[in-house]
Amino acid sequence: MLPYLKEISGKITQSEIWKSVFRHGYEDTPRNRVLQILSNIWLHIHPATINKNSINISFTWCLGGLTFFVFLFETLTGVLLMFYYTPDVNKAYADMLDLSNNAAPFGRLLRNTHRWAGHAMVITVCFHMLRVFLTGSYKAPRQFNWAVGVVLLVLTLLLSFTGYLLPWDQLGYWAITVGTNMAGNTPLVGYQGPFAQPLGFTIDNDIRFALLGGTSIQAPALLRAYVWHCIALPSLAGGLMMLHFWRTRKDGFSGRL
Amino acid sequence: MANTEATAIKTQPKQTQAGSERVHTWPGLVAKEFLCALLFLVVILLYSYYVDAPLRELANPGEPENPAKAPWYFLGLQEALVYFDPWFAGVVLPTFIIIGLMVLPYIDINPQGSGYYTFKERKFAVTVFCFGFLFWYVLILIGVYCRGPFWAWFWPWEQWTLAFPTPPPLWSLSTPVGALLLLAYFGLGMWLPTRIWKDFYQRLGIIRYSITVFLLLTMIGTILKIGLRLGLNIKYVLQTPWINI
Ligand code: HEM
Repeated sequence: MLPYLKEISGKITQSEIWKSVFRHGYEDTPRNRVLQILSNIWLHIHPATINKNSINISFTWCLGGLTFFVFLFETLTGVLLMFYYTPDVNKAYADMLDLSNNAAPFGRLLRNTHRWAGHAMVITVCFHMLRVFLTGSYKAPRQFNWAVGVVLLVLTLLLSFTGYLLPWDQLGYWAITVGTNMAGNTPLVGYQGPFAQPLGFTIDNDIRFALLGGTSIQAPALLRAYVWHCIALPSLAGGLMMLHFWRTRKDGFSGRL
Repeated sequence: MANTEATAIKTQPKQTQAGSERVHTWPGLVAKEFLCALLFLVVILLYSYYVDAPLRELANPGEPENPAKAPWYFLGLQEALVYFDPWFAGVVLPTFIIIGLMVLPYIDINPQGSGYYTFKERKFAVTVFCFGFLFWYVLILIGVYCRGPFWAWFWPWEQWTLAFPTPPPLWSLSTPVGALLLLAYFGLGMWLPTRIWKDFYQRLGIIRYSITVFLLLTMIGTILKIGLRLGLNIKYVLQTPWINI
Protein backbone atom coordinates (compact mmCIF):
# COMPACT_ATOMS: atom_id res chain seq x y z
CA MET A 1 0.00 0.00 0.00
CA LEU A 2 1.11 3.52 -0.60
CA PRO A 3 2.85 4.79 2.53
CA TYR A 4 0.70 7.88 2.92
CA LEU A 5 -2.49 5.82 2.67
CA LYS A 6 -1.22 3.72 5.53
CA GLU A 7 -0.52 6.85 7.48
CA ILE A 8 -4.00 8.20 6.84
CA SER A 9 -5.69 4.96 7.78
CA GLY A 10 -3.52 4.85 10.90
CA LYS A 11 -4.61 8.37 11.79
CA ILE A 12 -8.24 7.42 11.31
CA THR A 13 -8.14 4.25 13.35
CA GLN A 14 -6.25 6.03 16.12
CA SER A 15 -8.70 8.91 16.25
CA GLU A 16 -11.03 9.42 19.16
CA ILE A 17 -14.10 9.07 16.97
CA TRP A 18 -13.02 5.75 15.49
CA LYS A 19 -12.01 4.33 18.81
CA SER A 20 -15.26 5.42 20.41
CA VAL A 21 -17.14 3.33 17.84
CA PHE A 22 -14.83 0.34 17.33
CA ARG A 23 -13.59 -0.59 20.72
CA HIS A 24 -10.87 -3.04 19.86
CA GLY A 25 -8.40 -3.92 17.16
CA TYR A 26 -8.83 -6.55 14.50
CA GLU A 27 -5.62 -8.53 14.63
CA ASP A 28 -6.49 -12.17 15.04
CA THR A 29 -5.64 -12.65 18.69
CA PRO A 30 -7.56 -14.71 21.21
CA ARG A 31 -8.39 -11.52 23.08
CA ASN A 32 -9.85 -9.88 20.00
CA ARG A 33 -11.79 -12.98 19.09
CA VAL A 34 -13.50 -12.81 22.43
CA LEU A 35 -14.03 -9.05 22.31
CA GLN A 36 -15.44 -9.38 18.84
CA ILE A 37 -18.34 -11.26 20.39
CA LEU A 38 -18.62 -9.55 23.73
CA SER A 39 -18.41 -5.94 22.61
CA ASN A 40 -20.88 -6.28 19.76
CA ILE A 41 -24.53 -5.95 20.64
CA TRP A 42 -25.65 -8.25 17.84
CA LEU A 43 -22.97 -10.89 18.17
CA HIS A 44 -23.00 -11.15 21.94
CA ILE A 45 -26.08 -13.28 21.58
CA HIS A 46 -23.37 -15.94 21.21
CA PRO A 47 -21.13 -17.19 23.97
CA ALA A 48 -17.48 -16.23 23.44
CA THR A 49 -16.36 -19.84 23.31
CA ILE A 50 -18.32 -22.93 22.54
CA ASN A 51 -18.00 -26.67 22.50
CA LYS A 52 -16.35 -27.72 19.29
CA ASN A 53 -18.93 -30.37 18.45
CA SER A 54 -21.85 -28.00 18.89
CA ILE A 55 -20.85 -25.96 15.90
CA ASN A 56 -20.55 -28.85 13.50
CA ILE A 57 -22.99 -28.11 10.71
CA SER A 58 -24.15 -31.69 10.94
CA PHE A 59 -25.37 -31.09 14.48
CA THR A 60 -27.77 -28.14 14.08
CA TRP A 61 -27.77 -27.85 10.29
CA CYS A 62 -27.93 -24.16 11.16
CA LEU A 63 -31.70 -24.52 11.15
CA GLY A 64 -32.61 -22.40 14.16
CA GLY A 65 -30.25 -19.67 13.08
CA LEU A 66 -31.57 -19.88 9.55
CA THR A 67 -35.17 -19.62 10.75
CA PHE A 68 -34.23 -16.46 12.63
CA PHE A 69 -32.44 -15.06 9.61
CA VAL A 70 -35.45 -15.71 7.40
CA PHE A 71 -37.61 -13.99 10.00
CA LEU A 72 -35.38 -10.91 9.80
CA PHE A 73 -35.43 -11.09 6.02
CA GLU A 74 -39.23 -11.24 6.08
CA THR A 75 -39.34 -8.26 8.43
CA LEU A 76 -37.20 -6.20 6.08
CA THR A 77 -39.03 -7.13 2.87
CA GLY A 78 -42.34 -6.90 4.71
CA VAL A 79 -41.72 -3.33 5.81
CA LEU A 80 -40.73 -2.41 2.26
CA LEU A 81 -43.95 -3.98 0.98
CA MET A 82 -45.93 -1.96 3.51
CA PHE A 83 -44.79 1.20 1.74
CA TYR A 84 -46.75 0.15 -1.33
CA TYR A 85 -49.58 -1.98 -0.11
CA THR A 86 -52.96 -0.69 1.10
CA PRO A 87 -55.16 -3.06 3.13
CA ASP A 88 -58.30 -1.91 1.35
CA VAL A 89 -60.45 -4.28 -0.69
CA ASN A 90 -60.57 -1.75 -3.52
CA LYS A 91 -56.82 -1.25 -3.66
CA ALA A 92 -55.06 -4.35 -2.37
CA TYR A 93 -55.26 -6.40 -5.54
CA ALA A 94 -54.26 -3.47 -7.75
CA ASP A 95 -51.27 -2.84 -5.49
CA MET A 96 -50.25 -6.46 -6.01
CA LEU A 97 -50.48 -6.06 -9.77
CA ASP A 98 -48.41 -2.89 -9.57
CA LEU A 99 -45.74 -4.68 -7.58
CA SER A 100 -45.73 -7.62 -9.97
CA ASN A 101 -45.38 -5.26 -12.91
CA ASN A 102 -42.49 -3.47 -11.27
CA ALA A 103 -44.43 -0.23 -11.02
CA ALA A 104 -42.40 0.15 -7.85
CA PRO A 105 -38.66 -0.49 -8.28
CA PHE A 106 -37.90 -4.18 -7.74
CA GLY A 107 -41.55 -4.68 -6.85
CA ARG A 108 -41.77 -8.11 -8.36
CA LEU A 109 -38.57 -9.32 -6.73
CA LEU A 110 -39.73 -7.86 -3.43
CA ARG A 111 -43.06 -9.62 -3.57
CA ASN A 112 -41.57 -12.90 -4.79
CA THR A 113 -38.84 -13.03 -2.16
CA HIS A 114 -41.27 -12.17 0.63
CA ARG A 115 -43.64 -14.89 -0.50
CA TRP A 116 -41.09 -17.65 -1.03
CA ALA A 117 -39.10 -16.82 2.09
CA GLY A 118 -42.35 -17.11 4.04
CA HIS A 119 -42.74 -20.66 2.78
CA ALA A 120 -39.06 -21.29 3.49
CA MET A 121 -39.50 -20.22 7.10
CA VAL A 122 -42.29 -22.74 7.63
CA ILE A 123 -40.00 -25.43 6.26
CA THR A 124 -36.92 -24.43 8.25
CA VAL A 125 -38.86 -24.16 11.51
CA CYS A 126 -40.33 -27.65 11.02
CA PHE A 127 -36.93 -29.12 10.36
CA HIS A 128 -35.39 -27.20 13.25
CA MET A 129 -37.95 -28.90 15.46
CA LEU A 130 -37.09 -32.25 13.92
CA ARG A 131 -33.39 -31.76 14.59
CA VAL A 132 -34.01 -30.63 18.18
CA PHE A 133 -36.12 -33.73 18.64
CA LEU A 134 -33.62 -36.10 17.07
CA THR A 135 -30.74 -34.80 19.16
CA GLY A 136 -32.90 -35.07 22.28
CA SER A 137 -32.17 -31.42 22.98
CA TYR A 138 -35.53 -30.90 24.65
CA LYS A 139 -34.56 -33.02 27.60
CA ALA A 140 -33.95 -31.49 31.03
CA PRO A 141 -33.12 -28.68 31.55
CA ARG A 142 -34.47 -27.52 28.18
CA GLN A 143 -38.11 -28.66 28.43
CA PHE A 144 -39.43 -25.14 28.74
CA ASN A 145 -37.47 -23.85 25.77
CA TRP A 146 -38.98 -26.61 23.65
CA ALA A 147 -42.45 -25.48 24.73
CA VAL A 148 -41.53 -21.90 23.78
CA GLY A 149 -40.42 -23.32 20.45
CA VAL A 150 -43.78 -24.98 19.89
CA VAL A 151 -45.50 -21.62 20.38
CA LEU A 152 -43.05 -20.12 17.88
CA LEU A 153 -43.95 -22.86 15.42
CA VAL A 154 -47.64 -22.03 15.74
CA LEU A 155 -46.92 -18.31 15.39
CA THR A 156 -44.88 -18.98 12.26
CA LEU A 157 -47.82 -20.82 10.71
CA LEU A 158 -50.21 -18.04 11.69
CA LEU A 159 -47.89 -15.40 10.27
CA SER A 160 -47.87 -17.17 6.96
CA PHE A 161 -51.61 -17.81 7.09
CA THR A 162 -52.59 -14.19 7.78
CA GLY A 163 -50.35 -13.05 4.93
CA TYR A 164 -52.20 -15.33 2.54
CA LEU A 165 -55.30 -13.13 2.46
CA LEU A 166 -53.53 -9.84 1.82
CA PRO A 167 -53.23 -10.04 -2.01
CA TRP A 168 -57.04 -10.22 -2.05
CA ASP A 169 -57.05 -12.71 -4.91
CA GLN A 170 -59.10 -15.87 -5.38
CA LEU A 171 -56.32 -18.10 -4.03
CA GLY A 172 -56.00 -16.29 -0.73
CA TYR A 173 -59.67 -15.53 -0.37
CA TRP A 174 -60.79 -19.15 -0.58
CA ALA A 175 -57.88 -20.52 1.38
CA ILE A 176 -58.73 -18.22 4.25
CA THR A 177 -62.38 -19.19 3.83
CA VAL A 178 -61.46 -22.84 4.37
CA GLY A 179 -59.32 -21.97 7.37
CA THR A 180 -61.73 -19.67 9.13
CA ASN A 181 -64.70 -21.98 8.51
CA MET A 182 -62.84 -24.49 10.63
CA ALA A 183 -62.71 -21.88 13.40
CA GLY A 184 -66.50 -21.64 13.10
CA ASN A 185 -66.60 -25.30 14.12
CA THR A 186 -64.67 -24.87 17.35
CA PRO A 187 -66.42 -26.71 20.17
CA LEU A 188 -68.17 -24.36 22.60
CA VAL A 189 -67.22 -21.07 20.92
CA GLY A 190 -67.75 -21.56 17.17
CA TYR A 191 -71.31 -21.17 15.89
CA GLN A 192 -71.28 -24.52 14.05
CA GLY A 193 -69.27 -26.36 16.69
CA PRO A 194 -70.61 -28.86 19.21
CA PHE A 195 -72.19 -27.37 22.34
CA ALA A 196 -72.00 -23.79 21.04
CA GLN A 197 -75.70 -23.21 20.46
CA PRO A 198 -76.79 -23.70 24.08
CA LEU A 199 -74.10 -21.20 25.02
CA GLY A 200 -75.70 -18.63 22.76
CA PHE A 201 -73.09 -18.51 20.01
CA THR A 202 -74.39 -17.63 16.56
CA ILE A 203 -72.77 -16.62 13.31
CA ASP A 204 -72.53 -13.01 14.43
CA ASN A 205 -70.94 -13.37 17.85
CA ASP A 206 -68.69 -16.44 17.78
CA ILE A 207 -64.95 -16.86 17.46
CA ARG A 208 -65.04 -16.85 13.69
CA PHE A 209 -66.86 -13.55 13.80
CA ALA A 210 -64.12 -12.19 16.06
CA LEU A 211 -61.44 -13.27 13.62
CA LEU A 212 -63.19 -11.89 10.55
CA GLY A 213 -64.84 -8.84 12.01
CA GLY A 214 -67.99 -9.95 10.19
CA THR A 215 -69.97 -12.97 9.12
CA SER A 216 -68.02 -13.38 5.89
CA ILE A 217 -64.66 -12.28 4.55
CA GLN A 218 -65.03 -8.60 3.70
CA ALA A 219 -63.11 -5.40 4.29
CA PRO A 220 -62.86 -5.79 8.08
CA ALA A 221 -61.34 -9.26 7.66
CA LEU A 222 -58.67 -7.86 5.35
CA LEU A 223 -57.80 -5.15 7.85
CA ARG A 224 -57.65 -7.66 10.69
CA ALA A 225 -55.44 -10.01 8.73
CA TYR A 226 -53.19 -7.05 7.94
CA VAL A 227 -52.86 -5.91 11.54
CA TRP A 228 -52.22 -9.44 12.80
CA HIS A 229 -49.75 -10.07 10.00
CA CYS A 230 -47.78 -6.83 10.21
CA ILE A 231 -47.94 -5.90 13.87
CA ALA A 232 -49.37 -8.34 16.38
CA LEU A 233 -47.88 -11.64 15.27
CA PRO A 234 -44.39 -10.36 14.39
CA SER A 235 -44.19 -8.61 17.77
CA LEU A 236 -45.27 -11.73 19.59
CA ALA A 237 -42.90 -13.92 17.62
CA GLY A 238 -40.03 -11.45 18.01
CA GLY A 239 -40.55 -11.26 21.76
CA LEU A 240 -40.69 -15.02 22.11
CA MET A 241 -37.56 -15.41 20.00
CA MET A 242 -35.68 -13.24 22.49
CA LEU A 243 -36.88 -15.56 25.25
CA HIS A 244 -35.99 -18.59 23.12
CA PHE A 245 -32.41 -17.43 22.49
CA TRP A 246 -31.92 -16.32 26.07
CA ARG A 247 -32.99 -19.72 27.29
CA THR A 248 -30.83 -21.51 24.72
CA ARG A 249 -27.86 -19.70 26.33
CA LYS A 250 -28.93 -20.05 29.93
CA ASP A 251 -29.96 -23.70 29.71
CA GLY A 252 -26.63 -24.47 28.08
CA PHE A 253 -26.44 -25.61 24.50
CA SER A 254 -26.99 -29.32 24.20
CA GLY A 255 -24.05 -30.33 21.97
CA ARG A 256 -22.35 -33.45 23.26
CA LEU A 257 -19.19 -33.19 25.34
CA MET B 1 -20.75 -25.36 30.16
CA ALA B 2 -23.70 -23.22 31.15
CA ASN B 3 -21.56 -20.54 32.65
CA THR B 4 -20.28 -19.10 29.44
CA GLU B 5 -19.49 -15.66 30.84
CA ALA B 6 -17.03 -17.12 33.29
CA THR B 7 -15.14 -18.94 30.56
CA ALA B 8 -15.15 -15.87 28.38
CA ILE B 9 -13.14 -13.81 30.82
CA LYS B 10 -10.18 -16.04 30.24
CA THR B 11 -9.43 -15.41 26.62
CA GLN B 12 -8.09 -18.87 25.87
CA PRO B 13 -10.70 -21.54 25.25
CA LYS B 14 -10.78 -23.81 28.24
CA GLN B 15 -9.92 -27.46 27.73
CA THR B 16 -12.43 -29.17 29.94
CA GLN B 17 -12.43 -32.92 29.60
CA ALA B 18 -10.51 -35.00 27.20
CA GLY B 19 -12.13 -34.74 23.79
CA SER B 20 -14.35 -31.80 24.68
CA GLU B 21 -12.54 -28.97 23.06
CA ARG B 22 -13.88 -25.44 23.30
CA VAL B 23 -13.33 -23.07 20.42
CA HIS B 24 -13.94 -19.38 19.85
CA THR B 25 -17.34 -18.59 18.34
CA TRP B 26 -15.57 -15.87 16.37
CA PRO B 27 -14.79 -16.89 13.72
CA GLY B 28 -15.73 -20.60 14.04
CA LEU B 29 -19.49 -20.26 14.48
CA VAL B 30 -20.11 -16.77 13.16
CA ALA B 31 -18.48 -17.58 9.85
CA LYS B 32 -20.71 -20.63 9.39
CA GLU B 33 -23.81 -18.64 10.21
CA PHE B 34 -22.75 -15.99 7.76
CA LEU B 35 -22.26 -18.56 5.02
CA CYS B 36 -25.64 -20.14 5.76
CA ALA B 37 -27.34 -16.75 5.54
CA LEU B 38 -25.51 -15.95 2.32
CA LEU B 39 -26.44 -19.28 0.78
CA PHE B 40 -30.06 -18.72 1.73
CA LEU B 41 -30.02 -15.26 0.14
CA VAL B 42 -28.57 -16.60 -3.08
CA VAL B 43 -31.11 -19.41 -3.29
CA ILE B 44 -34.12 -17.24 -2.48
CA LEU B 45 -33.06 -14.47 -4.88
CA LEU B 46 -32.43 -16.89 -7.71
CA TYR B 47 -35.68 -18.72 -7.11
CA SER B 48 -37.64 -15.47 -6.85
CA TYR B 49 -36.05 -14.19 -10.02
CA TYR B 50 -37.31 -17.15 -12.02
CA VAL B 51 -40.52 -18.14 -10.25
CA ASP B 52 -43.27 -15.63 -9.66
CA ALA B 53 -45.42 -15.69 -6.53
CA PRO B 54 -48.93 -16.82 -7.45
CA LEU B 55 -51.60 -14.21 -8.03
CA ARG B 56 -55.01 -15.32 -9.28
CA GLU B 57 -57.97 -13.21 -10.30
CA LEU B 58 -59.41 -10.61 -7.98
CA ALA B 59 -61.17 -12.13 -4.98
CA ASN B 60 -64.79 -12.84 -5.76
CA PRO B 61 -66.97 -13.98 -2.85
CA GLY B 62 -69.64 -15.12 -5.34
CA GLU B 63 -67.42 -17.56 -7.16
CA PRO B 64 -65.87 -20.28 -4.99
CA GLU B 65 -62.66 -21.92 -6.11
CA ASN B 66 -63.08 -25.62 -6.67
CA PRO B 67 -61.18 -27.07 -4.95
CA ALA B 68 -60.54 -24.33 -2.39
CA LYS B 69 -57.31 -25.36 -0.79
CA ALA B 70 -55.90 -24.05 2.47
CA PRO B 71 -52.21 -23.06 2.40
CA TRP B 72 -50.09 -26.18 2.00
CA TYR B 73 -48.97 -26.41 5.64
CA PHE B 74 -52.63 -26.75 6.70
CA LEU B 75 -53.55 -29.27 4.03
CA GLY B 76 -52.96 -32.12 6.47
CA LEU B 77 -55.87 -30.80 8.49
CA GLN B 78 -57.99 -30.19 5.42
CA GLU B 79 -57.26 -33.74 4.32
CA ALA B 80 -58.45 -34.93 7.72
CA LEU B 81 -61.78 -33.25 6.91
CA VAL B 82 -62.46 -36.14 4.56
CA TYR B 83 -62.54 -38.51 7.49
CA PHE B 84 -63.73 -36.36 10.37
CA ASP B 85 -66.16 -33.57 11.13
CA PRO B 86 -64.59 -30.12 11.08
CA TRP B 87 -64.66 -29.62 14.85
CA PHE B 88 -62.29 -32.55 15.16
CA ALA B 89 -60.19 -32.22 11.99
CA GLY B 90 -59.80 -28.46 12.15
CA VAL B 91 -59.77 -27.69 15.84
CA VAL B 92 -59.44 -30.59 18.26
CA LEU B 93 -56.87 -32.57 16.30
CA PRO B 94 -54.46 -29.63 15.86
CA THR B 95 -55.00 -28.69 19.51
CA PHE B 96 -54.00 -32.20 20.52
CA ILE B 97 -50.95 -31.99 18.30
CA ILE B 98 -49.86 -28.69 19.83
CA ILE B 99 -50.50 -29.84 23.38
CA GLY B 100 -48.81 -33.16 22.65
CA LEU B 101 -45.72 -31.37 21.34
CA MET B 102 -45.60 -29.05 24.33
CA VAL B 103 -45.85 -31.78 26.95
CA LEU B 104 -43.46 -34.07 25.09
CA PRO B 105 -40.34 -33.09 27.09
CA TYR B 106 -42.21 -33.65 30.33
CA ILE B 107 -43.47 -37.12 29.49
CA ASP B 108 -40.28 -38.39 27.84
CA ILE B 109 -38.17 -38.95 30.93
CA ASN B 110 -35.62 -41.22 29.26
CA PRO B 111 -32.33 -39.57 30.21
CA GLN B 112 -30.49 -41.19 27.31
CA GLY B 113 -29.75 -39.44 24.07
CA SER B 114 -29.63 -35.82 25.18
CA GLY B 115 -27.45 -33.78 22.85
CA TYR B 116 -26.62 -36.25 20.10
CA TYR B 117 -28.33 -38.22 17.37
CA THR B 118 -29.24 -41.72 18.42
CA PHE B 119 -31.95 -44.20 17.55
CA LYS B 120 -30.76 -47.12 19.65
CA GLU B 121 -31.15 -45.36 22.97
CA ARG B 122 -34.64 -43.96 22.36
CA LYS B 123 -36.33 -46.30 19.91
CA PHE B 124 -39.88 -45.66 21.13
CA ALA B 125 -39.70 -41.85 21.16
CA VAL B 126 -37.93 -41.54 17.83
CA THR B 127 -40.25 -43.99 16.11
CA VAL B 128 -43.45 -42.30 17.29
CA PHE B 129 -42.25 -38.77 16.55
CA CYS B 130 -40.85 -39.55 13.13
CA PHE B 131 -43.97 -41.45 12.22
CA GLY B 132 -46.16 -38.48 13.18
CA PHE B 133 -43.90 -36.04 11.34
CA LEU B 134 -43.92 -38.18 8.22
CA PHE B 135 -47.67 -38.77 8.36
CA TRP B 136 -48.26 -35.01 8.55
CA TYR B 137 -46.23 -34.51 5.39
CA VAL B 138 -47.82 -37.42 3.55
CA LEU B 139 -51.23 -35.84 4.14
CA ILE B 140 -49.86 -32.54 2.88
CA LEU B 141 -48.48 -34.16 -0.26
CA ILE B 142 -51.84 -35.80 -0.90
CA GLY B 143 -53.60 -32.49 -0.37
CA VAL B 144 -51.28 -30.58 -2.68
CA TYR B 145 -50.88 -33.08 -5.51
CA CYS B 146 -53.75 -35.56 -5.42
CA ARG B 147 -56.87 -33.54 -4.70
CA GLY B 148 -59.04 -32.01 -7.39
CA PRO B 149 -62.56 -30.59 -7.70
CA PHE B 150 -64.83 -31.53 -4.79
CA TRP B 151 -61.73 -32.90 -3.13
CA ALA B 152 -61.89 -35.99 -5.33
CA TRP B 153 -58.70 -37.97 -5.80
CA PHE B 154 -56.70 -37.30 -8.97
CA TRP B 155 -53.17 -38.47 -9.55
CA PRO B 156 -50.84 -35.58 -10.39
CA TRP B 157 -50.65 -36.72 -14.02
CA GLU B 158 -54.42 -37.03 -14.40
CA GLN B 159 -56.59 -34.34 -15.92
CA TRP B 160 -59.08 -32.83 -13.47
CA THR B 161 -62.63 -33.57 -14.58
CA LEU B 162 -66.04 -33.44 -12.98
CA ALA B 163 -66.84 -36.91 -14.32
CA PHE B 164 -65.33 -38.90 -11.50
CA PRO B 165 -67.26 -41.94 -10.21
CA THR B 166 -69.61 -41.24 -7.32
CA PRO B 167 -68.00 -42.46 -4.12
CA PRO B 168 -69.65 -45.53 -2.54
CA PRO B 169 -72.39 -44.82 0.03
CA LEU B 170 -71.22 -44.46 3.62
CA TRP B 171 -72.75 -45.99 6.71
CA SER B 172 -72.28 -45.47 10.42
CA LEU B 173 -72.14 -47.78 13.38
CA SER B 174 -75.20 -47.70 15.62
CA THR B 175 -74.70 -45.57 18.70
CA PRO B 176 -74.43 -48.36 21.32
CA VAL B 177 -72.00 -50.36 19.19
CA GLY B 178 -69.91 -47.31 18.48
CA ALA B 179 -69.85 -46.20 22.10
CA LEU B 180 -68.87 -49.67 23.22
CA LEU B 181 -66.16 -49.90 20.61
CA LEU B 182 -64.65 -46.56 21.56
CA LEU B 183 -64.81 -47.36 25.27
CA ALA B 184 -63.17 -50.71 24.64
CA TYR B 185 -60.47 -49.11 22.48
CA PHE B 186 -59.54 -46.46 25.00
CA GLY B 187 -60.21 -48.63 28.06
CA LEU B 188 -58.14 -51.58 26.92
CA GLY B 189 -55.61 -49.26 25.36
CA MET B 190 -55.03 -47.57 28.69
CA TRP B 191 -55.14 -50.70 30.76
CA LEU B 192 -53.37 -53.42 28.76
CA PRO B 193 -49.95 -51.74 28.63
CA THR B 194 -49.90 -51.51 32.44
CA ARG B 195 -50.02 -55.30 32.42
CA ILE B 196 -47.78 -56.02 29.47
CA TRP B 197 -45.12 -53.37 29.96
CA LYS B 198 -45.18 -53.12 33.72
CA ASP B 199 -41.95 -51.27 34.09
CA PHE B 200 -42.82 -48.76 31.37
CA TYR B 201 -45.88 -47.95 33.46
CA GLN B 202 -43.97 -47.84 36.70
CA ARG B 203 -41.17 -45.73 35.32
CA LEU B 204 -43.57 -43.08 34.03
CA GLY B 205 -45.96 -42.99 36.97
CA ILE B 206 -49.70 -42.78 36.57
CA ILE B 207 -49.95 -39.17 35.34
CA ARG B 208 -47.22 -39.28 32.70
CA TYR B 209 -48.38 -42.71 31.67
CA SER B 210 -51.99 -41.63 31.21
CA ILE B 211 -51.09 -38.58 29.16
CA THR B 212 -48.63 -40.48 27.00
CA VAL B 213 -50.96 -43.37 26.29
CA PHE B 214 -53.98 -41.14 25.75
CA LEU B 215 -52.12 -39.05 23.16
CA LEU B 216 -50.75 -42.16 21.52
CA LEU B 217 -54.18 -43.80 21.35
CA THR B 218 -55.66 -40.65 19.85
CA MET B 219 -52.96 -40.61 17.20
CA ILE B 220 -53.40 -44.29 16.36
CA GLY B 221 -57.18 -43.93 16.57
CA THR B 222 -57.13 -41.11 14.04
CA ILE B 223 -55.29 -43.34 11.63
CA LEU B 224 -57.55 -46.31 12.35
CA LYS B 225 -60.58 -44.18 11.58
CA ILE B 226 -59.05 -43.24 8.25
CA GLY B 227 -58.60 -46.95 7.62
CA LEU B 228 -62.20 -47.71 8.56
CA ARG B 229 -63.43 -45.09 6.12
CA LEU B 230 -61.23 -46.22 3.27
CA GLY B 231 -61.68 -49.94 3.87
CA LEU B 232 -65.26 -50.25 5.14
CA ASN B 233 -66.89 -46.96 4.09
CA ILE B 234 -67.71 -46.11 7.68
CA LYS B 235 -68.76 -42.49 8.10
CA TYR B 236 -69.01 -42.30 11.88
CA VAL B 237 -67.89 -44.68 14.57
CA LEU B 238 -69.87 -42.83 17.18
CA GLN B 239 -73.05 -40.88 16.55
CA THR B 240 -74.62 -38.74 19.24
CA PRO B 241 -76.99 -35.78 19.07
CA TRP B 242 -74.04 -33.49 19.89
CA ILE B 243 -70.97 -34.87 18.23
CA ASN B 244 -70.10 -37.48 15.65
CA ILE B 245 -66.74 -39.15 15.47
C1 HEM C 1 -39.44 -19.04 14.82
C2 HEM C 1 -39.04 -20.14 15.24
C3 HEM C 1 -37.70 -20.51 15.88
C4 HEM C 1 -36.49 -19.86 15.86
C5 HEM C 1 -36.14 -18.55 15.17
C6 HEM C 1 -35.57 -20.69 16.61
C7 HEM C 1 -34.21 -20.39 16.79
C8 HEM C 1 -33.33 -21.19 17.49
C9 HEM C 1 -31.90 -21.02 17.49
C10 HEM C 1 -31.13 -19.97 16.72
C11 HEM C 1 -31.37 -21.99 18.30
C12 HEM C 1 -29.88 -22.26 18.52
C13 HEM C 1 -29.46 -23.60 17.93
C14 HEM C 1 -29.85 -23.92 16.53
O1 HEM C 1 -29.66 -23.09 15.63
O2 HEM C 1 -30.37 -25.02 16.30
C15 HEM C 1 -32.48 -22.73 18.84
C16 HEM C 1 -32.37 -23.76 19.74
C17 HEM C 1 -33.44 -24.49 20.24
N1 HEM C 1 -34.72 -24.50 19.73
FE1 HEM C 1 -35.46 -23.15 18.42
N2 HEM C 1 -36.22 -21.79 17.09
C18 HEM C 1 -37.52 -21.73 16.65
C19 HEM C 1 -38.50 -22.68 16.85
C20 HEM C 1 -38.35 -23.79 17.64
C21 HEM C 1 -39.27 -24.90 17.71
C22 HEM C 1 -40.53 -25.04 16.87
C23 HEM C 1 -38.78 -25.76 18.66
C24 HEM C 1 -39.36 -27.06 19.15
C25 HEM C 1 -40.57 -27.40 19.14
C26 HEM C 1 -37.54 -25.21 19.17
C27 HEM C 1 -36.77 -25.76 20.19
C28 HEM C 1 -35.47 -25.40 20.45
C29 HEM C 1 -34.65 -25.97 21.51
C30 HEM C 1 -35.10 -27.01 22.57
C31 HEM C 1 -33.37 -25.40 21.37
C32 HEM C 1 -32.13 -25.71 22.22
C33 HEM C 1 -31.36 -26.70 21.37
C34 HEM C 1 -30.09 -27.20 21.99
O3 HEM C 1 -29.71 -26.82 23.11
O4 HEM C 1 -29.48 -28.04 21.28
N3 HEM C 1 -37.30 -24.03 18.52
N4 HEM C 1 -33.67 -22.24 18.33
